[in-house]
Amino acid sequence: MSAAAATWERTIRFWEASVGKKVVMAVTGAILFLFVIGHMLGNLQIYLGPEQLNAYGAKLHDLGPLLWAIRGFLLLTVALHITAAAQLWWMNRAARPTGYIRQSWVQASFASRTMIVSGPLLAGFIIYHLLHFTTGDFLSGGLAYTADGHIDVYANVVNGFSYWPASVVYILSMIVLGYHLSHGVWSMFQSVGLNHPRYMPWIRRFATAATVIIVAGNISIPVAVLAGIVR
Amino acid sequence: MGFELNAKIPSGPIEEQWDKCRFEMKLVSPANRRKFSVIVVGSGLAGGAGAASLGELGYNVKCFCYQDSPRRAHSIAAQGGINAAKNYQNDGDSVFRLFYDTVKGGDFRSREANVYRLAQVSLNIIDQCVAQGVPFAREYGGTLANRSFGGAQVSRTFYARGQTGQQLLLGAYQALQRQVAQGQVQMFPRHEMLDLVVVNGRARGIVTRNMITGQFEAHLADAVVLATGGYGNVFYLSTNAKGCNTTAIWRAYKRGAGFANPCFTQIHPTCIPVSGEYQSKLTLMSESLRNDGRIWVPKKPGDKRPPNEIPEEERDYYLERIYPSFGNLAPRDVSSRAAKRVCDEGRGVGPSGNGVYLDFSDAIRRLGRRTIEERYGNLFEMYERITGENPYEVPMRIYPASHYTMGGLWVDYKLMSTIPGLFVAGEANFSDHGANRLGASALMQGLADGYFILPYTIGDYLASEHPEREPVSKDAPEVKEALDRVAGITRRLLEVNGKHSPDYFHRELGKIMWEYCGMSRNEAGLKRALELLPELKERFWKEVKVPGENEMLNQTLEKAGRVADFLELGELMCLDALERDESCGAHFREEHQTEDGEAVRDDENFSHVAVWEYKGDGERPQLHKEPLVFEYVKPTVRSYK
Amino acid sequence: MRIILHIWRQKDANSPGKMVRYEVPDVNEHMSFLEMLDVLNERLIEQGEDPVTFDHDCREGICGACGFVINGIPHGPQPSTTVCQLHMRHFKDGDELYLEPWRAKAFPVIKDLMVDRSAFDRIISAGGFISVPTGSAPDGNAIPVPKEKADLAMDAAQCIGCGACVAACPNASAMLFTGAKISHLALLPQGQPERRDRALKMVAQMNAEAFGACTNIAECEAVCPKDIKIENIARMFRDFISASVLKRAG
Repeated sequence: MSAAAATWERTIRFWEASVGKKVVMAVTGAILFLFVIGHMLGNLQIYLGPEQLNAYGAKLHDLGPLLWAIRGFLLLTVALHITAAAQLWWMNRAARPTGYIRQSWVQASFASRTMIVSGPLLAGFIIYHLLHFTTGDFLSGGLAYTADGHIDVYANVVNGFSYWPASVVYILSMIVLGYHLSHGVWSMFQSVGLNHPRYMPWIRRFATAATVIIVAGNISIPVAVLAGIVR
Repeated sequence: MGFELNAKIPSGPIEEQWDKCRFEMKLVSPANRRKFSVIVVGSGLAGGAGAASLGELGYNVKCFCYQDSPRRAHSIAAQGGINAAKNYQNDGDSVFRLFYDTVKGGDFRSREANVYRLAQVSLNIIDQCVAQGVPFAREYGGTLANRSFGGAQVSRTFYARGQTGQQLLLGAYQALQRQVAQGQVQMFPRHEMLDLVVVNGRARGIVTRNMITGQFEAHLADAVVLATGGYGNVFYLSTNAKGCNTTAIWRAYKRGAGFANPCFTQIHPTCIPVSGEYQSKLTLMSESLRNDGRIWVPKKPGDKRPPNEIPEEERDYYLERIYPSFGNLAPRDVSSRAAKRVCDEGRGVGPSGNGVYLDFSDAIRRLGRRTIEERYGNLFEMYERITGENPYEVPMRIYPASHYTMGGLWVDYKLMSTIPGLFVAGEANFSDHGANRLGASALMQGLADGYFILPYTIGDYLASEHPEREPVSKDAPEVKEALDRVAGITRRLLEVNGKHSPDYFHRELGKIMWEYCGMSRNEAGLKRALELLPELKERFWKEVKVPGENEMLNQTLEKAGRVADFLELGELMCLDALERDESCGAHFREEHQTEDGEAVRDDENFSHVAVWEYKGDGERPQLHKEPLVFEYVKPTVRSYK
Repeated sequence: MRIILHIWRQKDANSPGKMVRYEVPDVNEHMSFLEMLDVLNERLIEQGEDPVTFDHDCREGICGACGFVINGIPHGPQPSTTVCQLHMRHFKDGDELYLEPWRAKAFPVIKDLMVDRSAFDRIISAGGFISVPTGSAPDGNAIPVPKEKADLAMDAAQCIGCGACVAACPNASAMLFTGAKISHLALLPQGQPERRDRALKMVAQMNAEAFGACTNIAECEAVCPKDIKIENIARMFRDFISASVLKRAG
């Protein structure tokens, strides 16, 4: 067998194992987690005024092909995350064809048991969010542009969130994201084998803290818009 | 019919006998091994280790167990540890010392040659188990830890927390599963052996019942190993698992295997007492508790005050009083009998009056609760889980319970029974513990038989007897007879359609056995039992109720068959106990005791193995005697005062 | 006290099952749960009815034979306790209890509360051992094992193979069971030579047996009667990853 074929076979075997898929979920989850942090940090520049935020947006857009590469990479990551999740979900359902008449839980958290709900909701949100702020399809009046031809990110955000139902959807989605991350962030450590009684409690604390910061940071924006702090 | 007992002990000095025997044994060449098949019944330490080792050698092995997995055999419940004469502690241990302690502990009723070999092989067992990944307790330097155990003055017991049996069994089980994966061993879980197939005087197979479908199946082979454990459940309440039974060895006995010393049954002094009629089993509390606990009962009979309200001067610390030098650490049989005596005097405690206190309050005062918690925390937890009482505050209640059976099928030095081709290993045979087994020796014997003795002696049998030259077909009349016999018993059980469950009769049997053939026995009682047992057996066959049918999973039917055999075994035990008109080890005949209640052996008349031969239903079995010769350890009086 | 039971009754693997209501009027608080079922069964036998089938053997919490789900919790409400060690004093008069068998595709029901757990044996057969034929072992003290490692290995090795982890997991995953065995052997020096191979093979067998995957909800460790921790699952992931990346093809 050629080296390439062997590697291919090994990859397939890895993917086919439930454990392998879990690792894929963890790694892609970690990438998306980092993206979410980066995305939030970018968005929070709204508090520094329109110039700052728009300059940041322009810088990203000016990356050109690199931007598309990053977008492609993120899309692939999301696709892998979703594919692995879906396949595991099917597998898990098949593993328990008959459920219990009485079902109780001892220590499983609500978030951990509802990943399969929060996941698709977030996928829906991502599509909505892209149509909202990236393509402007859901933005009343479409995307606004600055004088130099770049997207006026700041104006779009204010415009988008001024419509209160959009803000409500966004806020609710962030709460769902919070649930997803509260289980997902520590989970990704577990799924790549990083669990040790000494540092696991710190991982759990980190997961909670990161979740709270991300959710609070993101929600603050529509709240600020609706409250008239950002306009 | 009729058999001759020939133990086939090799000649020469005892240290060289096993080597000599191994050299003289015939070998099956590696290429020829796959032409032989061996049946192993039971998957505990002896059966599991034996099946795995025979598989590794290249024999085709079929292994049977009644549980759903070989990993559940009752060896798993052994707590304390396993002995080996490693002398890692540099405290003067040696093969000879382990041999000496075991022969003495068995009150001079075991075969010296077998015990010596056991002590020799003990060294290899530890090595094998460590290599398999058994997580034995370790010292900080990474070496193996040891603790001391009853009946020995050296620390030679290896242990894995309080779950040594579990870890050793899982080691053997994993080795077995490896052979299963390689196709060398075929595993038959949920299969119960119901008869032995004997053709031309040789064991050639077994009949089993598939416990899921009820189907009777004949399995044929060139040799059969029974490693089916002990028969302690004859007492109904015992520390054995619910499924432990005598059926395999009992039915082999009925086909011609001699049954040796059936009355040698060990009663363990520290079990949690019975709490009611519904009780289904007794749980052992490790003997180590007696290191710090003090055993007492009220001085006044019928004193029903709570223990904490009974003042010091009204308590009788009877073990400390009677055995001042050993005190609470008197050996198992001695302290069991003492407990029974005080309870018979009406001084027993707890709702049933069958219990004595094991009190830690002094130890807690002296050492502090934390130390006691470190030493016995898990045992205290277990006690509290079962009784709902907190032993840090209220004294534990304990009572003796049936625990181990030294008796079993007779085997020669090569572990072969009186039926050629039928080998018996582990607790199912009688060989190594005499009239009393020392702590941490059962695991050692099971693994010795399975890993290091059977693989040689079975090869020797196959190479010298050539059973394969007389192939037996499934249509052979002997096979058909065995199948018919089994189907007949089953049909009878189902047809009675009486009014009581098999458990009802089992409980009744247990009461008779415990009363008359338990911790202490006497002539009148044994004779009484020998009247009661046939009556109970008759009632059983008239009044037992087994719902359902054979062709289904039928736990009541399984149980009924086992109880039927226990009823017959009970009679043989009483007969043997009556015949052995002396006290030795766990067999205590009240007629033979010193003034202060110590056992008195009669070496002149009873220094032998009593081997019973089945002579037909309702007939008195015939007694054969294998004389015991003690060349290396001279019989002395056991004293623990 | 009086206990009302709703028990899953199923004649055999191919028949449909249903819950059947029973009343046990005279339960003593010192009975174990299985002894309470014994009382019920004895009554059923005397009435000529088929008693409730359940696996059990040692009744001291070590053989791993017993186990069913009580009101949605495998082995019932007491932590670190198998049903044979669960006593009726933890229930109260008039309690209604729903008893169901372990539910998993890999554990088909045989009858009533009894299931077929042979999938566990096959997972062990796939690699849950150290290949050391009888007789080929070096001296016991030839390989020192640090006490800490031996203790950790023992923690994992305590698994009794009862299947409660699978029963509790919403995905019927066997990763706690498999992880515990992989951990036990991976923590010891004796287990190193086959370590990578073992992880790959046991994981593959686990998949082949139709167990689900882990979603890290840790319900398994909550019901484990031997307190096996999900760290053992993480260790299995670690071994699987390193084996997948590092093991030579072949």
